[in-house]
Amino acid sequence: MIPARHAPVLVTAGLFAALFILGALQYDGFGTLRVFLNLFTDNAFLAVTAIGMTFVILSGGIDLSVGAVIAFTGVLTAVLIQAGWPLWLVFPLVLVIGGTFGAGMGCLIHFYRLQPFIVTLAGMFLMRGLAVVVSERSVPIEHSVYDAVNAAGVMLPGRAFISAQAIMLVIVLAGALILAHYRRFGTYVYAMGGNAESARLMAVPVARTTIGIYALSSFLAALAGIMFSFYTSSGYALAAVGLELDAIAAVVIGGTLLTGGYGYVIGTLVGVMLMGLVQTYIAFNGSLNSWWTKIVIGVLVLIFVCLQRIRIPTRAATGSARE
Amino acid sequence: MTGPKSIISTLQRHGALWPLVALGLIWLVIIIVNPGFFAFTIQDGRVFGGVIDIFNRGAPVALIAIGMSLVIATGGIDLSVGAVMAIAGAVAANLIVGTDLPAPLIILAGLGAGLAAGLLNGTLVAGFGIQPIVATLILLVAGRGVAQLLNDGQIITFQNEAFAFVGVGTLLGLPMPVWLVLFVLAAMLLITRRTALGLFVEAVGANASASHYAGVPVRAIKLTVYAIAGLCAALAGLVATADIQGADANNVGLWIELDAILAVVIGGTSLMGGRYSLVLAVVGALIIQSLNTAVVLSGIPPKFNLVIKSAVIVAVLMLQSPVAQAQLASLRRRFTA
Repeated sequence: MIPARHAPVLVTAGLFAALFILGALQYDGFGTLRVFLNLFTDNAFLAVTAIGMTFVILSGGIDLSVGAVIAFTGVLTAVLIQAGWPLWLVFPLVLVIGGTFGAGMGCLIHFYRLQPFIVTLAGMFLMRGLAVVVSERSVPIEHSVYDAVNAAGVMLPGRAFISAQAIMLVIVLAGALILAHYRRFGTYVYAMGGNAESARLMAVPVARTTIGIYALSSFLAALAGIMFSFYTSSGYALAAVGLELDAIAAVVIGGTLLTGGYGYVIGTLVGVMLMGLVQTYIAFNGSLNSWWTKIVIGVLVLIFVCLQRIRIPTRAATGSARE
Repeated sequence: MTGPKSIISTLQRHGALWPLVALGLIWLVIIIVNPGFFAFTIQDGRVFGGVIDIFNRGAPVALIAIGMSLVIATGGIDLSVGAVMAIAGAVAANLIVGTDLPAPLIILAGLGAGLAAGLLNGTLVAGFGIQPIVATLILLVAGRGVAQLLNDGQIITFQNEAFAFVGVGTLLGLPMPVWLVLFVLAAMLLITRRTALGLFVEAVGANASASHYAGVPVRAIKLTVYAIAGLCAALAGLVATADIQGADANNVGLWIELDAILAVVIGGTSLMGGRYSLVLAVVGALIIQSLNTAVVLSGIPPKFNLVIKSAVIVAVLMLQSPVAQAQLASLRRRFTA
């Protein structure tokens, strides 16, 4: 039998399968391995960001700064590469900046008891602002490694392609799954999201964990920024506007409870894939305009949030719910 | 009783001292870099001057901040205001282009769209008990899509003198948006002070379950404040749309939710709920607009605008945090001891 706690992820996976089959029946070339694998390539940076967001939301917080971190990382990477810095120096540098920035937000949230959403909102302003300061214009990246990585990958029959972006996503996913389910850090995150006060009383190192969660989220956003710079071969201060909302939507659609303490990293991946599939379906349809994507995603979030509310009373009956 | 000291202590008691000091400081900077900025001139029966300009440009944020104050006072938040502006603008522009309805009806239709959006938010928050950030996030994501759909992906431009009056008109020498801010502020002050609404809003924000047991209609109050926020956002959307005589679903009110939240927070309203000031929220909006103007006038490239704004937010948040206040107090003790 299927445990009830896996139900939300399975619902999302079921919707994915249903839409995939519907598309395959309606359009030539939709139900192929190629379309499926392209979802991984085209949404890799969003998925990496959303995986970081999953940890934040599991802990009961929120991170609105990730889109701005992606833009800042992309612009800084592009400008440094243009200035002739070697890649082995640029990438670690921007990742460290991202992680440090997140740790700083975590400190404000924990030590000054400020609300995560307003701190990360200020962080979003700051990162967007710094990105604009670094360069107002889109900066192209011309580098042999970029060309090589973008061409690298495994070609399968039927012109299906496993790209470097997709491989990177799978590596990050594997790391996140281990961190969430086989490391103490993951247990602490779930405990804090379940009930922060009980977690503290059970000697969960709340300070270290909170700072770690936001550092992880910003670090992954910076990584997504690097991936995005490969994807577009450029860096732009106004890139990825509103991406934080897509990431939150993916986490919700993936079945993670917004009050924290309940959900799965793998669900987030399924959520991102479903959102990507909606976009692909609309592109294949041709007569539907692209803004339908936003509306459909909004409706999906609405449905899943309402489903979460319906499930909570059953949790209350077992004594594990919290308001 | 009317000495300068008693005025300062009165302001302090209402939490108005620091926002006004901040506004004064920014205006001082503006006067230093551009001495003639605040001079008033009257031309063609219209008053021109720096203060009017700041008021006029800050009107959309001020309007939204008024509605947002009430939402935040109940412990909520409304992230959808920018998208609601886009929807209201799209509704109005399409009616102007597609029908011969008189301007007042078009304005009512735009406000109606905002009210519907606010009621949707309110139903999700009060009816389904969804967290406000998430409930309003849905409309933030989908709302611009709806506006795009109404506009069929175009920027709808129009020529309609009567409707444009809302954004660029002049009444008794002052720009119409300024009058709208004053009118909405006065109306909301009247409603919150002369009826029990203001008290109930604070009660719900301070402790929702205690209010419920005390007989306060918590759900109805929450529904009402989101409806008001939707109306305010729609009005701001109509002003912005009338101002440029076009409905741009992608850009109208982009990121205005952040400015409005910032205005409310600068005005001293606690994000935890239970305490608010509508007048100070408008002062907060003026501070933000003055900051924008000061950055432009002082010759700092506008690209530094966001960095400066974020520094101000963090500073204000830190000043409001009890932990930081305790740290400051202990520092002060160490220096005086």
